[in-house]
Formats: sequence, structure tokens, C-alpha cells
Amino acid sequence: MAFEGLQLPMLPLHGASPAWHARVETAQLPQVCRAVRDQGGRLTALWGADNRDQAGGFSLHLILANGDGALWLTCRLDARNPAYPDLSQWFSSADRQQRAIHDLLGIQVEHSTAFVDRRPWLSHGAWSGSEFPLRRDASLENTSPPGTDNYAFVPVEGEGVHEIPVGPVHAGIIEPGHFRFSVVGEKVLRLEERLGYTHKGIAKRFSALTLKEGARLAGRISGDSTVAYAWAYAMAVEAMTGTTPPPRALWLRALYLERERIANHLGDLGALGNDGGLAFGLAQFMRLKEDVLRLNARVAGHRYLMDAIVPGGVMRDIDRAALDQLAAQCDALEPEVRTLREIYDDHAGLQDRFMTCGILTAATARRLGVVGFAARASGEAMDARRSPGLAPYDLLDVRVSTARSGDVAGRVAVRFGEVFESLRLIRAIVERIAPGRECMELPVPPAGAPGLGWIEGWRGEIFVALEAGENGRIRQAHAHDPSWQNWPALEHAVIGNIVPDFPVINKSFNLSYSGQDL
Amino acid sequence: MLTIAGIAAQLTELMLAVLLAPLFTGWVNMCRAWMQNKSAPPLLTPYRVLLKLFNKEPVLAQNASPLFRITPYIIFGCMCLAAAIVPTLDINLPFNAAADAIALVGLFALARVFMSLAAMDIGTAFGTLGARREMMIGFLAEPALLMVLFTASLISGSTSLSSIVGQLGRMELMIYPSLAFAGVAFTMVSLAENARIPVDNPATHLELTMIHEAMLLEYSGRHLALMEWAASLKLFAYSCIGIALFVPFGIADGGNWLGILISLPVLAVKLAAGGFLLALIESVSAKMRIFRAPEFLGTAFLLAVLAMLIHFLLES
Repeated sequence: MAFEGLQLPMLPLHGASPAWHARVETAQLPQVCRAVRDQGGRLTALWGADNRDQAGGFSLHLILANGDGALWLTCRLDARNPAYPDLSQWFSSADRQQRAIHDLLGIQVEHSTAFVDRRPWLSHGAWSGSEFPLRRDASLENTSPPGTDNYAFVPVEGEGVHEIPVGPVHAGIIEPGHFRFSVVGEKVLRLEERLGYTHKGIAKRFSALTLKEGARLAGRISGDSTVAYAWAYAMAVEAMTGTTPPPRALWLRALYLERERIANHLGDLGALGNDGGLAFGLAQFMRLKEDVLRLNARVAGHRYLMDAIVPGGVMRDIDRAALDQLAAQCDALEPEVRTLREIYDDHAGLQDRFMTCGILTAATARRLGVVGFAARASGEAMDARRSPGLAPYDLLDVRVSTARSGDVAGRVAVRFGEVFESLRLIRAIVERIAPGRECMELPVPPAGAPGLGWIEGWRGEIFVALEAGENGRIRQAHAHDPSWQNWPALEHAVIGNIVPDFPVINKSFNLSYSGQDL
Repeated sequence: MLTIAGIAAQLTELMLAVLLAPLFTGWVNMCRAWMQNKSAPPLLTPYRVLLKLFNKEPVLAQNASPLFRITPYIIFGCMCLAAAIVPTLDINLPFNAAADAIALVGLFALARVFMSLAAMDIGTAFGTLGARREMMIGFLAEPALLMVLFTASLISGSTSLSSIVGQLGRMELMIYPSLAFAGVAFTMVSLAENARIPVDNPATHLELTMIHEAMLLEYSGRHLALMEWAASLKLFAYSCIGIALFVPFGIADGGNWLGILISLPVLAVKLAAGGFLLALIESVSAKMRIFRAPEFLGTAFLLAVLAMLIHFLLES
């Protein structure tokens, strides 16, 4: 069993992936975190909640994961002076999430001897420092005038060092984020990211919805990962109601998830070629991606498969003729992608841009808790589809693509590998899909029931943690995007590279702004 | 010698260059789109863009100095003059007495200096970034361009562009190894000077990778239109220099109108082929890392020097 020797009363959670829930005291947190880290576990999600209406004070929630399962820790904090030890000592990915928790709820990190970053993260001066929008007594009508926004970027000093501020508004149609480069000549000495521009109060919105309505919102957190979010959400609802959806629904969900993975990887591979100046690649890959999206629309009713997955199953069944179309598309795509891969691999100019560019070493990746294909490109063979695994992937023997180099070329290679693997998986799913119903009615979960969803999206692992309220409503919801862990990796991967190589490094990760700003 | 016919030929050539330059850019963009299996934008799109920009109100930064405002006119003027002194239709041009190959390179350098100063004028990070890179490319490209022109001058014994083109056009059809080397060097320099792939990417939206475009980011309205038009003119002028030096056949000699009538379609065919070749080079190459540009332009310089050496060794 996972998480041995923690001496915690762990309650197994129902669900597709192995998961446990435990309550801890703040005093126990350091010991638990250290033990989990020493066993190779990682902190994935970290969020807070306000339970003062139920006389529960505040609470801090952690999800610790390793290859065997996930451990959801709930830590009760004092109502008047909520504070907890700095978790970034053990898990560096905690840093930004701690700052976000403070901005939303006013929960502080305890004073410690080590340095604690207390700059705001989500708050850009739109609400004052004494208001905390996620508290249950916070007024939704924001009457206070916007405060000033003096964010203290870390200065870099030295002869010839200057700063290049980029964003949050960019020349292309991309999400907003600010990048502060400290450079000498063209060489990047330091990159500091400032995100949080797309904060839109998703957590607050969730708590005003029923579990059924929440599925639509979950599918809209990050448009390119709508299937992964919808599945993770559905998995969490099914976990809290103690149900398992019909097998056919699970097969169809896996089918959708793999199609989402293919569409995103194809789009990014094209964009990577374009950022390297090879517009031919963009045109070809976008054509292939468009084929995938159009067939999605025909088969499931939406180009990006939004709302295709609902709690209890999938929105609609796919008949045999459509399944055969999906398999036929895989057969058509594979040789084309193979040809394009050869073109990319043989193109000296492109390889010169990709190789040794934006290296993320395995050690850095492990230290930062990097997940998803970015981790796999740095040699970490982690994939939630395989370990701990979930139905129906346990029947499919997913092959994990990895690379060792950790550079842009490595991430490109892993993405190609994953496209081929997803094509294989889709063909296997079409062959083996079980007959039966595609959806089932779910019972109303008891108030307070927890549910956890854990899905390996194309970018990395996505978690959705839910707590049921009265009468099938949501009491609390937290959705965790892998971008939380992977954005800091970009800062590290860029160091020592030249400024004009940043776009291609950034695109090789292609992280979500919306998914983590919530 | 100023004659009515000469002035008329000069004016015709200038007008043609100014009016046809956007068409040439449109043609290159069309070829690029075809080679990428895309449906191409209409040939006249660059004109529509210019019209749109001229109808827009220019927005200036508060701290913009007069230099920022006059730069588009200076650059447009430089490029017009450059296009005027390159013999395209006729070699008997009155401007030629005043401007030769060295003056041509000087004109491009003048435009570059003003462009870089204007880019730094507002004080944004991208403008400065672009200006810095442009100067790096410029100081590497200019010597190589001069060497290419000197090779041609050595063959014809004059730095006057008209004499060079006249001399080259009358030579018997045979392979000149020196011109072959110079031709490759010139192609490389042209790609760098005109902000084309593999040195720069005119179609990019990524500010951090830009060279030429980064210097235009603060321009809008008619200023931007003039800058875009000047960029088209520069590309046109470079293509015409290439044609004049390396495929000068069919150019009119001595301001007679029949000659110009013949040389016009000949020029159109040559430009179409040149544009296609440019699009081909751009489509099959990736943009190189910026620090590969010195190697690239160093190679161009080396080839140009080799061209001169070969001229002395084999042809003189």
C-alpha cells in the first residue's frame, strides 16, 4: 500500500484510482510532508477552505501523490488566526499555491526562519489586502476601489544587466501572463513569471452550483483540457456517491481523452515548427488537427468534446459506424504524422533550434515536482494512466513515452510518441469497447462526502476534489491544473538560453494560464 | 547627361518601383502560402493593407520625439532613391551619375541608422532589442554586400551601377565562377537585409524573436504604412540589384521606348521567378538562432571575397 509508515488514520476513498483521506493537525504536517517526500511522493494540489459557517474554522487541503495512489490531507486551522507551516520547504511547488491561498482566504504561512515568499499571487490590486473573496462572509459586490499593484520583481544586478518586460498583453492571440526577463545581451539570467490575470472566481462559483451543474463549469476551466477536467470532475462525483459508471462509458471517456491528447499535441507540434520559423509544419499539423476536431464534432457534437463527459457516464453513445470512422481516422493520421516526424527530425535548421534548447534536468524536474509530458521528457516515467492506473487503461497496457534530454527536442519527441500511442489506444478501444449503457443516474451523495478525481490530461495530471453539500449541491470544489507545478519549471529551463529562444521553449511546455488562475 | 528621354525613363522606373513593390511582396506571400499547402491571400493584399493603414489615425507615444515622426519619411525616401538608382528597365539613367554602388550601400545604411534610432526613441524594451539586433545584422551584412558589388565592379571596371549592368549585359553567355560565388553571397545578404527567414521572420507574432518587426511595433497609421511600403521597396530594390547583376539580359540600353517596352515584361518574368525562389528558400528553412547569423553572414562575406579572388585568378 502507498504512504506506509505515516501513522495516520487513513480512510480509503471510493473511486477509480486508489486514494485515501486523512485528517491531520498542523503540528503533524512537517513530519508527514517530509516522510512522503523522502518516499518519492510529490505535493500536487494545495488549497484552502472556509468552514466557519459549520464551526470548523478554516481548513487546508493537500493532495500528496505517488505512483501508488493519492493521499488527501485535511488540516483544520484556527478560525481567528489561521496559519500553517511553510510547505515549500519540502515541496517547492507549494510556494505559489500558498500565496494564492493567502490572497483568497487570508490563511497565512507561519513565521519561519527560512525565507517565505509573501508577495501576492492572484491579487493584482483588484481587491484590497484585507478582503478575501473566497471567505464565506465575503461580499460579492466588490465596493472597494481597486488598490495599487506594486509587485516586487526580484532584481538582478550587475554590469550590463537589464530587464525586458513582456506581457500581459501579447502580440499573438494567447492568454495573458507577464514575463520579466533579466538579460545581459541576449542571454537570459533570470525569468520571473507573474500570472493570475485570468482569475475569475471558479471556486466561489462552484459552491453556488449543484453537482450536476458543476460538470459544465469543470469542463470550462481550461478549454484545451475540457475532457480531462470533465472526467476528473465526474470521477469525483462518482467517488462521493460510491458508484461506478457503466464500462461502456469508461471506454468512451478514454476514447475522448486520447483524442484530446492527439489534438493538442498535433496543434503544439505545428506551433513549435512555426516558432522555429518553419511555417510549413504549422500548416500541415493544423490540417491534421482540424480533421480530428471535425470528426469530434460529427461524432460527439463538439469540436473540443466539451460536455461529452457527464457524471454517471457520457452524454451520448457512439454507434459502430462512428467508431469505425474513428479507427479509420487513426489509420489515416498515422502515416501522415510519421512523415512529418521524419521531416522534423531531418530538418537541420529546426533540430538546431530544438536541441539543447530549454533544458530541464531530471534533478530540477524532480525537485520542482514537474508532472506530465514535461516530466517524461526529462526522464521521469510517470503517467497516471499507468501508475496507479484506472479503468479502462488497466486493460490497455499504456506505453509511457519518455526522453532523457529534457530539452525542446525531448519534449517534441515525447509528444510524437504520445500521439502514436494515443492512436494505438484509440484503435484498441474501438476494438474492445464493451456494449451496454453509456450513462447511469447517480444517487444524491450525503452532505460532507468527499470525492477525488485524478486524470492524466495531455498536459499532466489534473485533480478535482469535491465536497458534497446538502441536497446534491457542491459545498466546496477545487480543480488543480498541472500548470501549477510546471510553470516554475519554465523559469528554470530558460536560464542561460537566449531571449529569442524563449517562445519555442514556452511553446514546448504550452502551459495553461486559465487552468491555474481559476 | 540629362535628356528628356533619360528623365522620362528615370521617372518611369521610379514610379514602377514604388507602385509595383507591394505587388512583389504580395507575390512572395502568395508563393509562400502555396508552398505550405495553404490557400493564398489575394495578390493585391499588400495594397489593401497600405490603404487601410493610410486611412488610420497614427497613434504616437507621449515621449515620441520629432525623430520618431520623420523617420518613416526618411526611410521611404531612402528606399525610393535606392530603387531609382538600380537599373531595372534601362541603363541610361540620369541619377547614375550621382549615385553608384557604394552610394547604394550608404543609402541602405542611412535608412538603417534612422530606423534603429527611431526604434530606441520611445524607450520600449522591444524597440531597443530590435535595434540592437538590426545593428548586429547590418554591420555584418554591409561589408558582404560591398564585396559582392566590388566583384561586379572588378569585372566591369566601374562602380557605377549602369556601367556594371551594361557591361555584364553585353558579355557573352558563359559561366563566370566569380559571379556564381558572388550570387550565392548576395542571396544570403539579401535574406538577412530584408528580414527574411532564416535570419528574421516577417510573419511572426513573437515579439521576443523579432528583429525588423520589433522596430516597427510602436508605429501605426500612415507612419506604419510608409515603413511597410519602404520594406517592400527594399525587397524590390534588392531583387532588382540581384537581377541587374546576375541576370542582366534583356535590359534596355539608352532610353528608347521600344527597349523599355521589351524590358518591362522581361523584368516581370525575372521578378516572378526571383519571388518564387525567395518563397522556396523561406519555406524549406527554419529560422536560425540569432547567434548563428554572424556565421551565416560571415559565410556570405567569405564567398564574396572568394568571388573577387577567383576573378583575379581565373578571369583577369
